[in-house]
Amino acid sequence: MKMKLVRTLITALAFLLIVPVATFGQEDDQVLKARGGKFALTNAKIYTVTNGVIENGTLLISNGIIEAVGTDVRIPADAEVIDVNGKEIYPGMIDGGTTLGLAEIGSIAEANDFRETGALTPQMQALTAVNPNSVAIPVTRVSGVTTVWTMPRGGVLAGTAAAINLFGYTPDQMDAGGRGIVMNFPSTAGGRRFRRLSEDERKKRQERALKQLNEAWDKAELYAKIENSDEVRNYPEIEALVPVVKGEMMLFIEANAAKDITGAIEWVKDRGYEKVVLTGVSEGWRVAEEIAASGLSVITGPVQAIPTRSSDSYDAAYANPGILQKAGVKVAIRTMEAENVRNLPYHAGFAASYGMGREEALKAITINAAEILGIGDQVGSIEVGKKANIFVSTGDPFETATKITDLFIDGYKIPMTSRQIRLYDEFMNRTPGVDKSKSAINIKKK
Amino acid sequence: MKNIFTLLLCLLSTAALAQVQKGDVLFKNGTVLTVTNGTMENTDVLVRDGKISRIGKDLRAPRGVETVDIQGKFLMPGIIDAHSHIAGSAINEGTSQVTAEVSMEDVVDPTDVAIYRALAGGVTSIHLMHGSANVIGGQNETMKLRYGTMNPDDLRFEGAPRTIKFALGENPTRGGRSRGIQPQSRMGVENMLRNSFAEAVEYGKEWDAYNSSSDPRKVAPEYDLRMQTLVDIMNGDVLIHCHSYRADEIYMLMKVLSDFDVDKITFQHANEAYKVAPELAAFGASASVFADWWAYKLEVYYSTAYNAAILTENGVLTSINSDSGELIRHLFHEAAKTQKYGDLSDDQALALITLNPAKQLGIDSRVGSIEVGKDADIAIFDKHPLSVYAVPQMTFVDGVKYFDLTDSKGDKRIFVNPESTISDIMIYERHEDHRCLEDANMVNFEDLFSNKK
Repeated sequence: MKMKLVRTLITALAFLLIVPVATFGQEDDQVLKARGGKFALTNAKIYTVTNGVIENGTLLISNGIIEAVGTDVRIPADAEVIDVNGKEIYPGMIDGGTTLGLAEIGSIAEANDFRETGALTPQMQALTAVNPNSVAIPVTRVSGVTTVWTMPRGGVLAGTAAAINLFGYTPDQMDAGGRGIVMNFPSTAGGRRFRRLSEDERKKRQERALKQLNEAWDKAELYAKIENSDEVRNYPEIEALVPVVKGEMMLFIEANAAKDITGAIEWVKDRGYEKVVLTGVSEGWRVAEEIAASGLSVITGPVQAIPTRSSDSYDAAYANPGILQKAGVKVAIRTMEAENVRNLPYHAGFAASYGMGREEALKAITINAAEILGIGDQVGSIEVGKKANIFVSTGDPFETATKITDLFIDGYKIPMTSRQIRLYDEFMNRTPGVDKSKSAINIKKK
Repeated sequence: MKNIFTLLLCLLSTAALAQVQKGDVLFKNGTVLTVTNGTMENTDVLVRDGKISRIGKDLRAPRGVETVDIQGKFLMPGIIDAHSHIAGSAINEGTSQVTAEVSMEDVVDPTDVAIYRALAGGVTSIHLMHGSANVIGGQNETMKLRYGTMNPDDLRFEGAPRTIKFALGENPTRGGRSRGIQPQSRMGVENMLRNSFAEAVEYGKEWDAYNSSSDPRKVAPEYDLRMQTLVDIMNGDVLIHCHSYRADEIYMLMKVLSDFDVDKITFQHANEAYKVAPELAAFGASASVFADWWAYKLEVYYSTAYNAAILTENGVLTSINSDSGELIRHLFHEAAKTQKYGDLSDDQALALITLNPAKQLGIDSRVGSIEVGKDADIAIFDKHPLSVYAVPQMTFVDGVKYFDLTDSKGDKRIFVNPESTISDIMIYERHEDHRCLEDANMVNFEDLFSNKK
């Protein structure tokens, strides 16, 4: 009995010592790991996104899923109770377009795996190249982003993008299920800053790419018809397109200039493909009615962007998501970032301020994004049976000063640390500081 | 004779200044974020002839002075970007690793629509910087965003101290490698700095000897603007703004400068400044950083978004800059990130984009806070500017309105390039927006240093 008391005391003491550190960072020799189990988050303001806001609610997480949510939730005896004390709970934010996990250090070619050579590489799998140990992943998730669409770029048919959850030790553990072919609709827009092309060159380039593209899809359609015959040989880049032709796989068409957007809409209509999403859509505001009429959903962004034309209003990119949404288009927002996907709530916040409103902007990075990426049955809202991808915040997650205090991905309680936080812990009050009597950088002040 | 010349010069400079418009306006009933004197509710600010003349309650508009009702709105000092490349028609003079003789004042483009877009983000002053291709780059230009003029001189921040760009690390060493010359390492960068200053010391001695000589037959040494600029730096007449990232190179430059008795230095970007914050504070060096940009190259891989907060709390004068035509439009939001990453107070966060950059540019007696006697460079927001929902409403420079939300739509170009076409559509890519870094990341160095460009 006495022994037990002593042990309890020691545990309590250890708890007191460790907890203040563990809540923010970690000591050198102490590794914080994610924990699974049953968790009951109580006294929360729960933003379900799909079913309104629950005041003073409880959220029960078990076996990786949301087992119960509401004001009248029975808490099992074996659940760890976390009183969030009036803080807010949201579904994890979802970024509809990133290269997170594929790009580690921008300027170093060896650290970037989102671009394969060749124009037609739809069989390239983003998921294969996702580095689960990318330093940017914890940096991102502690800001409340739990799922991203990570995508190959470049060429005409860039590859197969994947939805990943931002926790796991292998790509398969991170796999959120969604897949889609990334197609860059041949563009008439200007080149890059240093690779400006003449109008004529642009037109030729666009026609060449379109021809290449149509030939590939023609082959895919033929392939779909004869795939069970003996005539078929191994043709991976065409095979990868067949599920799109058959309506079993999504096609994400990147189009930004107004002319390209309408061109893409026509192209889709001609081809008759069913599961198509428009991405980028920077100039969507110019052709919002046409997009709405097409019935296609849109993933747009970055919102914090310079307008595409020097003659455009300064806020064209800020206002774009709201204009599309008001025209009746289903809109998700993306950052097109790797290391700064953490700014997703601010892209949404700017969209909210410039016409979209907070509620729709929140949908654009939760339920709309999930549905457009084909994972709406699993994530994107707080509903019983959905994956427990949620975060707890001190307030409105769009507000810059708001902090994320707790994070769950796949039902795991994720430690609220990242390399950036550990550097803060180490260097805020550096030891040793500076010895002014022995400084190597003393100067005679003039 | 000499006096007449001076008088003439004075008249000429007055004539030049007269080009710049000054305004009178009374702001009524706003929440005034002074930065130096806290927040004042329901307060009026009177502007006369481009200067803040009174701050208080129930002020009355003098005859002919327009009143702007800002009830429910927030008035703050115009935002100052200590690192910008907008409104510059050229960025890098890359023909040598030392180009102290060139100046951005010669390449100011007053027609850049990015100026208007910055005004639409509450920015009133920028530091147009030379690029980072070389160790000792060109001189920069401190400017006020008086958009609408075709005369580059109207944009000059009259009376601002001269500043110069230095650059350490990957960019200048990459330049050295691409041309097979020094520096190709951080050792070479230090050597180049020391050699340049040592050479300038000799140059200065020659001139001192000549100037103090009474021998009328003594021939003057050859004038060298490059060397003279370095002498001016050592005399404290030119402020150094040094592109830098890693803690070791920041520390190195402080040691070099202390050996040459230079004490005015702002480290630009300085992603790892947080690692040597105590040294920076002891030296009196300041830092101008990004809120959260990192990982775009190796030397920014070990960054933390807490950089600005660590520096501030360690007593280092710190600002947040843009280096980008995009970020410059929401520096108020970038500053707010220090509240998420490091719990800075409202005044601390606002100082990062107002008073602190003003100090780093040596213009804090003129701008950077709402105080009587300062220039009426003012930004008005509908919500607190540190809120993500804040939308800039109006921006004034010298009391003259250059941005008004109610008249902000449509084409704001003041010059249309006849070569441009309707299909000149540039899809924004954040990674292509580092104009200071573009030389290192986006451009083939062969192109950069050849005459083809």
